[in-house]
Amino acid sequence: MSAEMNLKIKIWRQKNSKTSGSFETYPVVANEHMSFLEMLDVLNEDLISQKKEPIVFEHDCREGICGACSLVINGQPHGPNSGTTTCQLHMRFFKDGDIIVVEPYRASAFPVLKDVAVDRSAFDRIMQAGGYISVNAGQAPDGNAIPIEKGRAGQSFEAAACIGCGACVAACPNGSAMLFTSAKIAHLGHLPQGVVEADKRAQAMVAQMDKEGFGMCSNVGACEAECPKEIKLENIAFMNRSYLKAVFSGEEV
Amino acid sequence: MKWLITFFSSSIGKKLLMSLTGLFLILFLVVHLIGNLQLLKDDGGEAFNTYAYMMAHNPLIKIVAYGNYFFIILHAFVGISITLYNRGAKGQKYAVSKSNKTTWASKNMALLGTLILAFTFIHMGDFWFKMKFTNELATVSYEGFPVVKDLFTRVSTAFSQLWIVAVYLIGMLVLSFHLWHGFQSAFQTLGLSHKKYTPLIHNVGKAYAILIPLGFAIIPIWYFFFKSM
Repeated sequence: MSAEMNLKIKIWRQKNSKTSGSFETYPVVANEHMSFLEMLDVLNEDLISQKKEPIVFEHDCREGICGACSLVINGQPHGPNSGTTTCQLHMRFFKDGDIIVVEPYRASAFPVLKDVAVDRSAFDRIMQAGGYISVNAGQAPDGNAIPIEKGRAGQSFEAAACIGCGACVAACPNGSAMLFTSAKIAHLGHLPQGVVEADKRAQAMVAQMDKEGFGMCSNVGACEAECPKEIKLENIAFMNRSYLKAVFSGEEV
Repeated sequence: MKWLITFFSSSIGKKLLMSLTGLFLILFLVVHLIGNLQLLKDDGGEAFNTYAYMMAHNPLIKIVAYGNYFFIILHAFVGISITLYNRGAKGQKYAVSKSNKTTWASKNMALLGTLILAFTFIHMGDFWFKMKFTNELATVSYEGFPVVKDLFTRVSTAFSQLWIVAVYLIGMLVLSFHLWHGFQSAFQTLGLSHKKYTPLIHNVGKAYAILIPLGFAIIPIWYFFFKSM
């Protein structure tokens, strides 16, 4: 038998990006085995049956790898647990009778689209600016054709774990996207295939990040604490030195 | 030149300005403290007054001093502009906010910095301005020096007043918090992060943030309790 939980969900409702929103509180009966998103599904079923408009929230894979789910739950992006996404947050981490406050990610570069769904396309444009390597398409290359030192591969893999969910921006008091951007720059910049375009990449991605209106990092570390993939602040230092090297050694005057 | 303008208008360019000016001011504090500790010498102020005279007249030190004023203003100006920009970039605040593993100092650098700037104005108005631009200070003469302004007496008079001592102690506490975050943050911004030396930077930074303000704070305490009674 799974324990039934009577909860109150205080959630942000907003019609669209042009109107201002407000909190609404809804009762919901959940059980402890549900994920947070399943609990919201139950709440939406209730709302539909009452002929009310369901809450718009983002989700996709529901196994913690896609980066689609967001939400700031009781003041923390992806909720109270560290190293997990909202879909991996289970209701057993809450208590019967809890009032749970659910807000959208807050950052000017992530405008609210509706309710708790925000527009994270700024991340896509940062990726388009330089989050790639240029190679000739064709046959898959031989494995291990390019030797990569194990430590470097490890650093690259750790940075590559970033799922681009935007929790770093949501957690940052400055609305900065430096943990995300630096993870992408470090992911490619540590590998021989990525080194070729490293200078161009660092400059283009930082320029796009600034253009999107993200804030400037002040090394608070809230991003690292809230990142569901535990991306490290060292990546930001890597980005800073990549960018500085690119600017001061580049040929452009 | 275009590349420099682009660089200093970028986020990392502005952060670099904060980092480098901050590190310069960190070095300045050490020099300033070493000079000030001469106030603890029990020689009627000779060591401190002749040192102050040398600082005011040595051409090399004059150049560094003007650089120092400029860096203080630049650090404050860029800091305020970054803070205002960041406030806009964050937009709406959360109704509930819970942040783990972050220090209070790191999230309040602008507030701490503004208080330090206000303290700097009070401090410079009290000593630097009176020494440089007024004839309020008495003069003394020491062997081998022309007429020397008696800054020592000005300092010891100031530190016999409780409210001035309180202002200085609060100022140093605020400075300590600012340095607690600022020291290691400056290195992170420069891209200097490595498991070999980053723990050392963090520890040196914490020791610095405690010891330097404490060193400054000893002087008003010493004067208030042991000299003015």
